[in-house]
Amino acid sequence: MTGMTYEEKVGNTVICRCEEVTLSEIRDWIGRGYDTVTELKHVMRVCMGPCQGRGCRDIIMREISQAAGIPLDRVEAGAVRPPVKPVKTRLLASGDD
Amino acid sequence: MEWKNRADAVIIGGGILGIATAYYLAKMGMRDVVILERGTVCCGSTGRCGAGIRAQWGTEMNCRLAIATIGIFEHLEDELGMSIGLNQCGYLLVAYSAQELANLRSYMKLQNELGIESRTVSLDEAREICPALDAGDAEGFTYHARDGHADPFLTTYAFLEAAKGMGVVCHRKTECTGIRIKYDAAVGVSTSKGDIDAGIVINCAGGYASQVAAMAGVDLPNWGERHEIMITEPVEPGICPPMLMSFSGNYYIQQRPHGSIICGMSPAGHHHSAECGTTWQFITRMSRVLNRLLPATRDIRVVRHWSGLYDMTPDGSPIIGETDVKNFYHSTGYSGHGFMLAPIAGKILAQHLTGTQPDIDFSPLDYRRFARGELITEPNIT
Repeated sequence: MTGMTYEEKVGNTVICRCEEVTLSEIRDWIGRGYDTVTELKHVMRVCMGPCQGRGCRDIIMREISQAAGIPLDRVEAGAVRPPVKPVKTRLLASGDD
Repeated sequence: MEWKNRADAVIIGGGILGIATAYYLAKMGMRDVVILERGTVCCGSTGRCGAGIRAQWGTEMNCRLAIATIGIFEHLEDELGMSIGLNQCGYLLVAYSAQELANLRSYMKLQNELGIESRTVSLDEAREICPALDAGDAEGFTYHARDGHADPFLTTYAFLEAAKGMGVVCHRKTECTGIRIKYDAAVGVSTSKGDIDAGIVINCAGGYASQVAAMAGVDLPNWGERHEIMITEPVEPGICPPMLMSFSGNYYIQQRPHGSIICGMSPAGHHHSAECGTTWQFITRMSRVLNRLLPATRDIRVVRHWSGLYDMTPDGSPIIGETDVKNFYHSTGYSGHGFMLAPIAGKILAQHLTGTQPDIDFSPLDYRRFARGELITEPNIT
């Protein structure tokens, strides 16, 4: 990160660690009209990794809020899917059905 | 987003079918094409599907459509200028009885006659194709190397971005609330944001196709059928190199280039479902199948589980063509294989609508075939 301007450092910050997506990539897609969590998830796989968006979802919603000029509480969070945390298939397979 | 009160064509549904159709219409010279999507692009069946692509079908119609669509997929990234995540890894179909193998062989004969180079493979060869596979109980296998899978989101957005570049307008969060009819013809649509006059209206509403058809008084026999699916964390490649599928075994399993394993199985029966949702029974049963077939998956974690609607028809084949209401068309009823057929389906309908001879005659897929009893029953579906 040395030798970078402040703006470059911000842009290169990894927002989604599961899929290694940076803030500038997120801002770029928002600028192209992909301004919902759901659509950003589709094009960059953010919120789809093992952390299920625990790390990135709030930051992405804040970016959408700022870009669209709407309050954060009006930005849709997108779907949250089961299971609540990643579970090994051998454990799932041992359940009753 | 610019609102046009008039369009040459309005397409209802922002899934791959609607968007690919819009792309081909624009490419073939139609000027004003508008897509209406109730939610966001890909939020219905397209974004929930396994995105498999195969030519191993059991009817001549599906074989013809599928081998043509594979030909399109193979050059789609160059044509559209965006990645579509294509992984042409082949489908390995597994038969568990002599009867099932005989059936697969008879469909293979049909496929071969139509230029599809599917073939039977031995257990040893199946293990070469899929080294981690435990299939000692299998009776036999067929394989087609040009089958595979793609990323449904990227493919749809690639079509959409290319379509937008040619002037196609896509309205998100805009619901079609009615189809306007004058005398015996569709003349436009009503939407949650206003009316649009249209020369042609096309129903690409997937699992909601019959509700949209009903807006024009057209009775479709389609129904939505909920299918569940799950995905694992990304792991090293090689756990499941081909798309592994069995009709009697009731499973499909694939590993994406990015490492995640995606798998699904069909519900018992063909229940009509209006909504998606998930059950713990699915994730339990699917994990058992996965562990039995691919023991190397036991310590891999499931990260997500969801469902989507198959847009089913009574014979498992699509409905493409005009309805009794003039200028109102259907491209629906893909019965779980709409993603793979979308490129060719969009192309041939666009050819028909722009006055070109379609690459494949789709007149047998007319929806009146059900009333006439001329079903095109597809055996190779789960």
